[in-house]
Amino acid sequence: MSTTVAQKSIPSLTAGKLPRGTTPGVLVASVVVTGAVTALFGGFNLAGTVVGGIVVFLVAMYAASWAVEGRRKASDRLATHLVFGAFALALIPLASVTWEAVSNGVARFDVQFFTYSMRNVVGAGGGAAHALVGTLWVTGLATLISVPIGLMTAVYLSEYGRGTLARSITFFVDVMTGIPSIVAGLFAFAVMSILVGPGTVSGLSGAIALSVLMIPVVVRSTEELLRIVPNELREASYALGVPKWRTILRVVMPTALSGIVAGVILAIARVIGETAPLMIAAGFTQSMNANPLSNAMMTMPVFVYDSYAHPGVDVLPYTERSWAGALALIAIVMILNLVGRFIAARFAPRTGR
Amino acid sequence: MSTDTLPESPADVAPQPPSSLIPAKKRIGDSVFKTLSTGAGTTILVILALVAAFLLVQAIPALTTPQDQQLANGYGYFPTWIVPFAFGTVWAAAWALLLAVPVALGIALFISHYAPRRLAQGLGYLIDLLAAVPSVVFGLWGIIVLAPAMMPVYTWLNAYLGWIPLFGGQVSGTGRTLLTAAVVLAVMILPIITSLTREVFLQTPKLHEEAALALGATRWEMVKMSVLPFGRAGIVSACMLGLGRALGETMAVAMVLSGSDVITIEILTSTNTNTIAATIAQNFPEAFALKQNQLIAGGLVLFVITLAVNMIARWIVARRAQYSGAN
Repeated sequence: MSTTVAQKSIPSLTAGKLPRGTTPGVLVASVVVTGAVTALFGGFNLAGTVVGGIVVFLVAMYAASWAVEGRRKASDRLATHLVFGAFALALIPLASVTWEAVSNGVARFDVQFFTYSMRNVVGAGGGAAHALVGTLWVTGLATLISVPIGLMTAVYLSEYGRGTLARSITFFVDVMTGIPSIVAGLFAFAVMSILVGPGTVSGLSGAIALSVLMIPVVVRSTEELLRIVPNELREASYALGVPKWRTILRVVMPTALSGIVAGVILAIARVIGETAPLMIAAGFTQSMNANPLSNAMMTMPVFVYDSYAHPGVDVLPYTERSWAGALALIAIVMILNLVGRFIAARFAPRTGR
Repeated sequence: MSTDTLPESPADVAPQPPSSLIPAKKRIGDSVFKTLSTGAGTTILVILALVAAFLLVQAIPALTTPQDQQLANGYGYFPTWIVPFAFGTVWAAAWALLLAVPVALGIALFISHYAPRRLAQGLGYLIDLLAAVPSVVFGLWGIIVLAPAMMPVYTWLNAYLGWIPLFGGQVSGTGRTLLTAAVVLAVMILPIITSLTREVFLQTPKLHEEAALALGATRWEMVKMSVLPFGRAGIVSACMLGLGRALGETMAVAMVLSGSDVITIEILTSTNTNTIAATIAQNFPEAFALKQNQLIAGGLVLFVITLAVNMIARWIVARRAQYSGAN
């Protein structure tokens, strides 16, 4: 009783709070204690210690905070720790995937990998040149199909679209975003089977499959950008007597151009790693095929899958090629992402807001 | 200028209302451009209709062929053959969602309300990078790295919680279990749920947050009282979109899961129910004739499931947009 009176008589700003540095201190202590206890019972392992230590830390901090600061502050601290923990947890797979791809892929990430195909290669050697050419063809054709349709649809939605048609297009573009990639592949395969002949696979067929996935992405990003072009610019153009179509082509689109380019690049990045639709629509091959209109065409993602799933007697060279392909694929997608974001940020339109 | 728009004959004047609005001259460029853009928009509707139509045409043999012929020439009688895979699709996606949602909400809160302002956007990009990793790379990572790494966890779960049917059975020796597939799927849908919920959390009216803080709420109480209630519809629809993605994801499951057509709820054993998408991917290259039709019909079933999930999600978003003051 007397002690509480004594404490109250000395007013302090830090009273009723855990001292600074408690959090990292308790964290280190809990991990060390957990490690020591598990080592004592002979069951030490690193991952288990870290996980166990974090659980001990959460409980210890909650108890300490409740004792000193009260229940509400204790829940606040627990929530903060969990939120930070969630973020840290998400970084583990990102770091792990990147590390594994780099460390395993670097063995075959050489000149031969990018200059040789897999024709007549058994065991070591060979490369993914045929898959690289295929990916360029398929993705290029998909871009050629998707960008005009996507761009014009976005123009319609932002400049012309009113009423039921515009609403239903917006709705179905959203629905299209959710089409499973393998269904897009089956669609392209079904189209080719009916129009050309049963069981036809080709680069063009793969491009059709990718277009189904790519169009909604292009529409979404472009429409958003056209909408943020200030109306003053359009009105200024109309006031000068410029027709609407020239206003769109010469005023609205150039203003949003950087964003549109960035959006297209990000859309390419999204579809270039698609595997399942290409496996079905473009097929497998070990040889170079530079004609997208006939015969199967290998692509990078399918190469990665095929190398891993159908190895020869000596498994190692196949797995190595698979990882090298994965590394190349990650590098391509990351570079496309960075370039897209750079263009979007660097050449962003002045919206006047 | 005005001479252009003057009426050519008195007959044109008669129906015009007495207004100062002079109709603009029709320009060929305008109508061509409008037709082109409307045509592009309509093309999208046509493509979507074609997707459904072509799949349906190719799937019909699987639905109309008599049962005995399906058993002889196909994978089995379609309506009963597809059931386990439909269950596996939903089962794996549900686990992925269960694992991903708490983490995704935590990350979204971290970026919108907890991280230092200056770092928040950069850290957001970091999470978006997860979405940039192709699914086949996740599949490779899942089977070579994750599956062996999860083995101790599975053995532990089975030993101590094995009395729960979920964790029961003989633990898989390779780690190629439904739980591993679900973890990979969870990692893949994490960035989608995160980016959508993050946007909703950032839209929370500042006044609500400041009012809560002014009443003496801690940061967590502020989040509970203003951010989460405001974002509830957004969270639900983000989860539905994540679910849609998990239902249709193919390669990661096809590579990681050693699937079969047995319906089982055990998630740690080597007997797992395969998903529709993975079944198609694994069998399509070798399939022909009726088998191909059956796989395409399976794709149609998957299409319908994801379409339903996505439509519900969009409907929730649209309903929210009507009463939300932030939009």
